[in-house]
Formats: sequence, C-alpha cells, structure tokens
Amino acid sequence: MNATALRNIWTITKREVAGFFSSPVAYVFIVIFLLLSGFFTFMAAGWFSAGEARLDRFFTWHPWLYLFLVPAVGMRMWSEERRLGTIELLMTMPITPWQAIVGKFLAAWAVLGIALLLTFPMVITVNSLGQPDNGIIFAGYLGSFLLAGTYLAITAMTSAMTRNQVVSFIVSVVVCLFLILAGWPPVTDMLVRWASPWLVETIASFSVMTHSIGLQKGVLDSRDILFFFSVIGFSLFTTSVILRAHRAG
Amino acid sequence: MINVRNLRKHFGPKIAVDGVSFSVEKGEVLGFLGPNGAGKSTTMRMITGFIPPSDGDVTVGGYNVEEEPLAAKRLIGYLPENAPSYGDMTVGGFLRFAAELRGLSGSSLNKAIHRAVEMCFLEPVLQQSIETLSKGYRHRTCFAQSIIHDPEVLILDEPTDGLDPNQKHEVRTLIRTMGEKKAIIFSTHILEEVEAVCSRAIIIDRGQVVANGTPRDLKRRSANAGAVTLRLSEKGAPSPEALAAKIRSLPGVESAMILDPLALRAKGCRDGSPDGELARAISQLAAREGWTVEELHTEEGRLDEVFRSITLGDRSAEKTKEAA
Repeated sequence: MNATALRNIWTITKREVAGFFSSPVAYVFIVIFLLLSGFFTFMAAGWFSAGEARLDRFFTWHPWLYLFLVPAVGMRMWSEERRLGTIELLMTMPITPWQAIVGKFLAAWAVLGIALLLTFPMVITVNSLGQPDNGIIFAGYLGSFLLAGTYLAITAMTSAMTRNQVVSFIVSVVVCLFLILAGWPPVTDMLVRWASPWLVETIASFSVMTHSIGLQKGVLDSRDILFFFSVIGFSLFTTSVILRAHRAG
Repeated sequence: MINVRNLRKHFGPKIAVDGVSFSVEKGEVLGFLGPNGAGKSTTMRMITGFIPPSDGDVTVGGYNVEEEPLAAKRLIGYLPENAPSYGDMTVGGFLRFAAELRGLSGSSLNKAIHRAVEMCFLEPVLQQSIETLSKGYRHRTCFAQSIIHDPEVLILDEPTDGLDPNQKHEVRTLIRTMGEKKAIIFSTHILEEVEAVCSRAIIIDRGQVVANGTPRDLKRRSANAGAVTLRLSEKGAPSPEALAAKIRSLPGVESAMILDPLALRAKGCRDGSPDGELARAISQLAAREGWTVEELHTEEGRLDEVFRSITLGDRSAEKTKEAA
C-alpha cells in the first residue's frame, strides 16, 4: 500500500461520495434511516416507557433496518458501472481493480456512517435524561457501523454479478437475511430441537447477530470485530474475482 | 509503440479474435476497419488491458499489457465504444477525476484540463452535468478524457460515431494532427474517414486481419483501380463500336466497356496501376483522331469496393465450399 494507491482510492472515494450526494440516493437513505430508527426505538420498542438510560433498544433494530436499506444503497455500485460501460473507463485507468473496489466500498460505507452519526440526538437525549455508560454506547455504534459495512460488502459482491440492480438488491437481501437468521434466537432455538448443538453453533457463528450482541452490550471482543472484517474482506475479494471473471468472458 | 502478436480471444465456443498481429509506430494513424462483430472492439479492449487475451500478447511502449498493466496503461489514452461517462458529474468534474486517476495534480492538472477542454471545444458546457448534454458533447467529453494526459498511444473506438458532419470533421482534424506525434489506432465504419485520416489501414473480418496497407494500396485492390474513363463531345465522335475498337487496339489495353454512346471505360492489362500510362495513351489517340475530349480520368479505386469484396467475397466462397 503506497502513496499512489492511497491517492487513487481517495480519488475514487471522493467521486463516489459526490455521486451519492448529487443524486437522491444519499438523502433518501439518510432520511428514511433516521425516521425508521426513531420509529422503531420510540414507538415499537417503547424506549421512553422503559425508563432506562441505555441505547440497546435502539441498536437492536439495526440489523433489520440495514437488511433493506444497505442493499438499496449498494446495489448500483458495480451493476451501474457495467450497465453504463464506465467500468471500461475505470479498468483501463492506471489503477488496480482492488483500488477501485476499495474506493467505491469506502464511499458507500461513509454515506452509511454519516447516516449513523446523524442519530447523535439519541446520545444527547439519553445523556440528558440519565447517566448512561457512554462506552457501551460507543461499542454499540461501532457494532452497528461494522454491521452496515458487512452488508455493504455483500451487496458490492452481488452487484458485481449482474448489470441488473433489482437482481443485485434481492440477492443481497437474501444473503444478509441468512446471516441474520442463522444466529437469531427464534431460529436457533428451533434448530436445536433436531440438529446437534455443535452444528447449530457452527451455523450461528456465521451470523451477524451472534457477533453483534456482544458489541451491543459494550463488549469489544476482538473475535467479533475480526468476524466483521473477515466477511468484508472476503466479500470484496470475491467482488474482484467476479469482476475479473466477467472481463475474461 | 504498439505490438500485437498472434492475439486470440474466445468467449466460450465463440471465437472473437483469431490470431491478429500488427504493429503501430509513433507518427502512424492506423484505421481499423471491419464489419460489425468482426472483433475490432475486442481487439482494442485487449490492447487497453480491459480484457485479457486468451492467447498471444500485446506490448505498448515495451510493456506487456498483461504483465505490467499499470505501466502500459499510463501510456494509453482510450475512448471506449459508445463513449461512456458518469452522467451525474459535470464535464469539468469528470475531466478532473480522469486527470487525478492519471496521476496529475496541482497546476499540471489544471493545465491538462484546460488543454483538453480547448482541443475538444468543451468550454461552453464545462459546468453542466454530463447527462444533460447532447450526444456530441458527451462523446467529446469522453474523448477529452482520453487525451487529458497527452498519451503517447491513443486507442479510439469509433471516435466519430454519433457526431454531426462538422463535429466529425473537427475530430478527424484532431486525430490527424495528434497522429504526427503519437501512435493512434481508431476503428470506424466510415471509409472516407480512413482515406482522410489514416496513414495505414487494417481490415479485420471474423477475427482475422484480411488486409493491411496504406489506404492507397488498399484502393488499388479494387476491381476498377487503374481503369480509365473517357467521355467525348458529340462533335466528331465515332460510333461507340468504332471507338471501342480503336481503344482496344491500343497496346496495353485489355478491355473497353461502353458506358453510354459517348463514354467508355478502358482497363489496362496491368491491374491496379493508376500511374496514368493508359490515360496518356488514350489522350494521344484522341489527339490523332481529332476527338474532342470532355472527360478523361484514371480511377483510383474505391475503398468501399475493396472492403466489400474482401469481407463479402470470401464469405460467399465459404458458402459454396459448405454447399459442396
């Protein structure tokens, strides 16, 4: 990783972020995310009536919210490049495919991060109403951001597979849904009845739920963080393989 | 500058490019001709490193495109087919993006953008977003992107496609001027373009190079190249048959075809030599006989005829082979 590589990634990230904000995608995402996360936290989870100075009722909803919103943000990442033919420009520039993949991924992740940061009134509210443990809140935000990145990397992979954005959206929702359900207690409880516990545990260890819970409780376990980064790394690597295979015909 | 050796590409069982070899030096403009689906774009995509070849290799400026892609790509400017660009960006923003990826920065970046904008006449739309532009402007925006770093090698896939006649003329002039210092390959369907711009032309058909030479050389392969057309004024003209007989009796004339009562086309024995010898002989004959000549000219041959005979000719030959 040298200076040129970083500069190329930065150039691409800059362009992509500008692209998000020059189209309605970023605004729609941010507004819907804020509205829905507020709705679920206050209305559905009854945050006020619970009377606890904590944000876990806020973070619990994120895996489900992201399930639809993140693929919507990421579905055009490569499918649009392929549809418009701009991928031909990008891949004949003196940059490596990896730089383009990382640059585009970071840009979309930054947009998700901005939306997440804009939920700061939650933090202010909880701090003015009580004495929360801000370390736990920070861990919750970190977990939520990593989760968004994981979904996004999976969406990047599915969008490299097709020039059709709808297909890309649906496939990534299904994959992300699997990653939720594999470790979602109602599903694991059911599985345990007829599968051996070690099998259920192995499947559950692939789930984003299993690895989010610790972070939501404020436990910064390096294994959880490693899990998210491995899924991101694997998905982006697969993206590069798919893009190369596509070019090779 | 560009060396293509035995290049092959197949997509599954379909062979798109089948053993193409050629080279282009600095100061050359190579026209790439061929019917649709002949493998022009695929060849260009392999030269620019967008798709890897199935076999054979490409070197640009001494760098193998597959082994040292970044070094090779730095030397190349590329205008892909249909001139893709990011519609949500402004023309200026898009060119800045391209220049930054090309490693330019600071004042050299601004200078490069300025130069490209000037060469492609983009000044009036610099702040407009690309999706609001007409096709001609969009095309030139992508063209500007390809020359932004003043590359030594230019690969242009149908650079005049979709432009109006004035714009076509501008782009051709641009290519010809740049061709003095660069190695340029461009593909086109328009044969007059080849004559106007190229120093050399390659005709490619079903993935293979079927002709390679200067436009003049290629034209000589036309059936009528070197033929002389003669038209007389009514006064003192002999009957067509007598005229044809006289012409045929000249040394070096193989045939004389009557076009209308006052005109005929003579063909020499030596095909494809428009050196004027036949025309001189005919004009001397006319002077001796006291005919009044209205028109006398040697056919240079026509590229479209050559193109059709080459790309259709062996196709019909193949059909007969299949039938047999």
